[in-house]
This record gives sequence, C-alpha cells and structure tokens, in this order.
Amino acid sequence: MILKGRAFKFGDDISTDHIAPGRYFHLRTNLPELAKHVLEDADPEFAKKVKKGDIIVAGRNFGLGSSREHAPRIIKIAGVSCILAKSFARIFFRNAVNIGLPLLECDTDPIDDGDILEIDLEKGLVKDLTKGIEIQATPLPKFMLNIINDGGIEDHILKYGDFKLED
Amino acid sequence: MGKTIAEKILSEHAGKDVKSGDLIIARVDVAMVQDGTGPLAVEAFNRMKLKALANPERSILFIDHAAPSPRKELSNAHKILREFADKHGAVLSEVGEGICHQRLIEDFVKPGDVVVGADSHTCTSGALGAFATGMGSTDVAIAFGLGKVWMKVPETHRFVLKGKMPSGVFSKDLILYIIGMIGADGATYKAMEFEGEVIENMTMEARFTLTNMAVEAGAKTGLIATDETTRAYLRERNRESDFREIKPDPDAIYEKTYEIDVSGIEPRVSFPHTVDNTKPISEAKGVKIDQVYIGTCTNGRIEDLRIAAEILRGKKVAKGVRLIVIPASRNVYLKALKEGLLEVFVEAGGAVLSPGCGPCVGIHQGVLADGEKVLSTQNRNFKGRMGNPNAYIYLASPATAAATAIKGEIADPREYL
Ligand code: SF4
Repeated sequence: MILKGRAFKFGDDISTDHIAPGRYFHLRTNLPELAKHVLEDADPEFAKKVKKGDIIVAGRNFGLGSSREHAPRIIKIAGVSCILAKSFARIFFRNAVNIGLPLLECDTDPIDDGDILEIDLEKGLVKDLTKGIEIQATPLPKFMLNIINDGGIEDHILKYGDFKLED
Repeated sequence: MGKTIAEKILSEHAGKDVKSGDLIIARVDVAMVQDGTGPLAVEAFNRMKLKALANPERSILFIDHAAPSPRKELSNAHKILREFADKHGAVLSEVGEGICHQRLIEDFVKPGDVVVGADSHTCTSGALGAFATGMGSTDVAIAFGLGKVWMKVPETHRFVLKGKMPSGVFSKDLILYIIGMIGADGATYKAMEFEGEVIENMTMEARFTLTNMAVEAGAKTGLIATDETTRAYLRERNRESDFREIKPDPDAIYEKTYEIDVSGIEPRVSFPHTVDNTKPISEAKGVKIDQVYIGTCTNGRIEDLRIAAEILRGKKVAKGVRLIVIPASRNVYLKALKEGLLEVFVEAGGAVLSPGCGPCVGIHQGVLADGEKVLSTQNRNFKGRMGNPNAYIYLASPATAAATAIKGEIADPREYL
C-alpha cells in the first residue's frame, strides 16, 4: 500500500482526550458529528483544515489515555490516511490496526508541517518529497499488515468467521 | 525456562507454551464494555454478524460513566446496552451499581483469568492475579462473540518494593512516584509486576490503586501475585473458592527490574496536564483549589473513604471549595453508609453522589469553569479530561484530597493525621 499526503505536525503526548474530548461523550453514537471535533484540544482548527489523504505526524506516545476506539475512528473519518509518530500508546495503536488505519513508528523530527509525504506501508519507508529525504520506519508485523489490508479486523472476521493471523 | 505471571496466564489461555513477544490467540474469561464504549461494540458485534455470546454470564455491560444519564443522547446509548444484554443474556450493571473496574474486582474476576475490557483501566483487576487489559470496542465485541482475542505476549518490568511506607503516604503516592520516575510511556506495551515486602504488607484495596494506574505508564497490565491477602479479600466477598495461587517462577525472565525503597517517599501530587508531572507535597503545598473530588476506580474504595473521613471528621470544607465524594460501587456506598462515613462528608460540607465515574471523565457532575483548579483522586489529568480544556487537574491520594478540602489549598495530609 502506497500512501501520499500532506503532513500535519503535532507534539508529544497527544492523548485520546485531545483527539475525542470527553465533553462530546454524547456524540459517541454519532461518529460523523464527533469527527467534526477531532483533535480539537490539540489544534482547534484541525477538523476544518484536514483534507482527504493527509498524514498526522507526531512526537512520542501518541494516543495515550483511554481505550476509546472513537479516537482512531474519527481520525479515519476525517480523511487521514496514515499516522506517523515517534511512538504510540498501546491501546490506540491496537485500535488503529483493528479499524484499518495505517500507522508507523519512525523519527518524525526531520518532517515539517505541510511537507508532502509518500509512505510505502509494506516496507515501512517514509519519503519526504518536499525535503527529498527518506526515513526508515519500523515496519508493521505481517499479521497487522494483513488486518489493515483486509480493511480492519471487522472485515477480517466477516471474511473468515474467525482469526486467520499467522505471523 | 521460567515464566512471568503474564506468560503463565497467557500460556494457559493460548493452549500452548508462550513467551514474551509471541503473537497469540487467547481465550477470554471475562469481557466487558461501559456506556462510553459499549454502543460501538454492539454495532461492531452486529456488523461482524456474530450471533451469540461465547460466555454470557461473564459478558458484562456497565452503565457507569454517565449514570444517571444527564442527556437524551446518553439515555439512548444506555438503551442500546440494555437491549443488547436482554437479547443475548449478558450481565447488565445498572445505574447506581458502580464503576466497572470496582464491580469486576468485587464480583467477577478470579485469579488466573484473562479479562478484556473496553476501558483502559481494566488493568485494575491485575491485583487479583488476573491478566486484565484494556482494548477497543471491536476487540471486546469479538471477545463477546468468539470468546477470544489476538494479543502479543508482553515483556514484563518488575518492581521490587522495599522498606516501610511512611505514615501519611499511600499506594497512590507510590504509584505517582513510580510513574514520575519511569514516565508516562515508561512501560508502554509491557506488563508491570509489583512485588516485595511493601506489597506483602499492603491491603488488596491499596494494591488495586497500583494496578489501576499501570496504564498511566503505558503498560498493558499491572500484575500482583496472589497470597493470603488475596484469599481473604475473596472470602469477604463470599467467593473464596475462586482463589488460586498465581505467582511468577523464581527464574522468570524480566526485561527490566526496578528496586525501589519506599521509606523516603513523600505524599505526591501530579501537576497538570500529565500524570508523570509529579512532585513531592512540599513543592505542591499552597496551590489554591476550587474543587476536590474523592472517588473513581483509583481511589473510591472503602479504605479510601475511611482515610478521608478520618481527616474530615468534625471539620469543615474551606470556604470557596466544593467537595464531591463518590463511592466507587453500591457495595462501597452501603459500607460507608453503615460506618457513618457519608455523614462525616455531608457534615463537613461535601456533596455525596451515587456510585459511578462522576466528574472523572467530564460528562456531568462537577465540570469545572475556565481557569479553575481541581484536586482529584482519579488517575489522569489530561487537558480537557474533566470536561473543560481551560481547567487544571491535580492528582493525589484521598488523604491529601481531604486535607486540601479543609485548607482550600493543596495541603500535606501528615499535618492532619
Ligand atoms: S472512574 Fe474515571 S478512570 Fe475510572 S473507569 Fe470511570 S471514567 Fe474511567
């Protein structure tokens, strides 16, 4: 899978409360509405600015906090094609894979806001086309790639009726 | 080769010998959602065309985060959970029964279980020697329907706790200290195993506060071996027969071992907006506070209420401070009622609310105004957590919370004990 988009930069420790604030708890059964507030507490303008295919580029421990799957789901609904971060919080990472939202861990310091990126998911290779540089990310384990390629764990289970996840 | 607690429990549930790093499909004993994550799980369950529950009497839907419901959207979300439970024969925990994690440890989780919950603090149950971890709604929907989940067996970081806990210092202070030391991502993807003389001398109630906050260091779960204290806790809940010995092998392999002498630890306070931004009370004293909240799955147990009541007995909450107290479950509420603790809080000027998450997640009951500061016994203080991104959340023990309520500014509980 090759993904291409514009970088949106965020810092360290972006929590699920930044992504899907608790005050919109009542919108959790209405994800398209909730998506209008995606990342609101990190960048109030993000939901308005983000375009289909854009890539979130963050620092350490992206997605820390609650288990709310709404967080990666509304990022995906907003049109984001991939998230790059120095590291991810565990539940967020797992949820993103499960819902078929690609994400990779790499050094994100060289990437600036607005850079155009091209990502080879299988190889875990990030190209910053604006800067003309390549960054090697940690490739995803094969079973996670399979889940993402199936369109998420839901489609995976629909397809097989069970887990088919050999490493 | 020796196994950690995580490797032991997961080997049993994978039906083969597993070690850290392995990808496994694990059998699930207890699966749960709450009212924030449940509707999405119900949707996923239906979309995956799952038909029945693998384990209905241990599939639980909790109405606790917005209970009683403050608005119609949430009432409708609650209805989705009630209807699902009804249709599939799952357990429904209603308004007033309490916070999911508290109810799980009281009535559902057994040592040696694998527990998955669509709530990050599912790791709380790890103090019972269960492998308990937070996952997403879809994971739990699959666990409901197929009775299993995919998982990577985590490496374990061992925390050997030595020395004697000083007076006025509680397990909350200890875990804030540990998270401050290793950082909010210090144990990401790992299991944290707590052991040593401090744990041996610690009550179950205090142990749950440690494992509850494992996720605040990024961990997949927190684990404590079972012992006579575990057995006594289960006996008190009329389920001694659930007891099992769960402990690591002496030659288990740990990725890291921390040895911590607790004797010099002071009461701790986490400053806004991250849990690992923790300071000793001496550097926190004097911060003016608008609201104090005693409760949550971290510190809303009977022991916590006893400690707070002891400090508040016969005293008044400072002018300008709101004190909110919420017992974590109906069981805790009834005990506190019978012991006269609720009377102490009300007479001191506090507001005692019915069991649930209360102000912790910013939906209702105690949302802060712009610029206000709250000192809470909860487990996280992220920006916006309690409903207002322009408010400031400080985390501390119930003792520190009670002392702060009396003084109106962050206070050292040791001056009141
Ligand atoms: S009390 Fe707070 S942390 Fe605990 S389950 Fe409820 S909302 Fe989550």
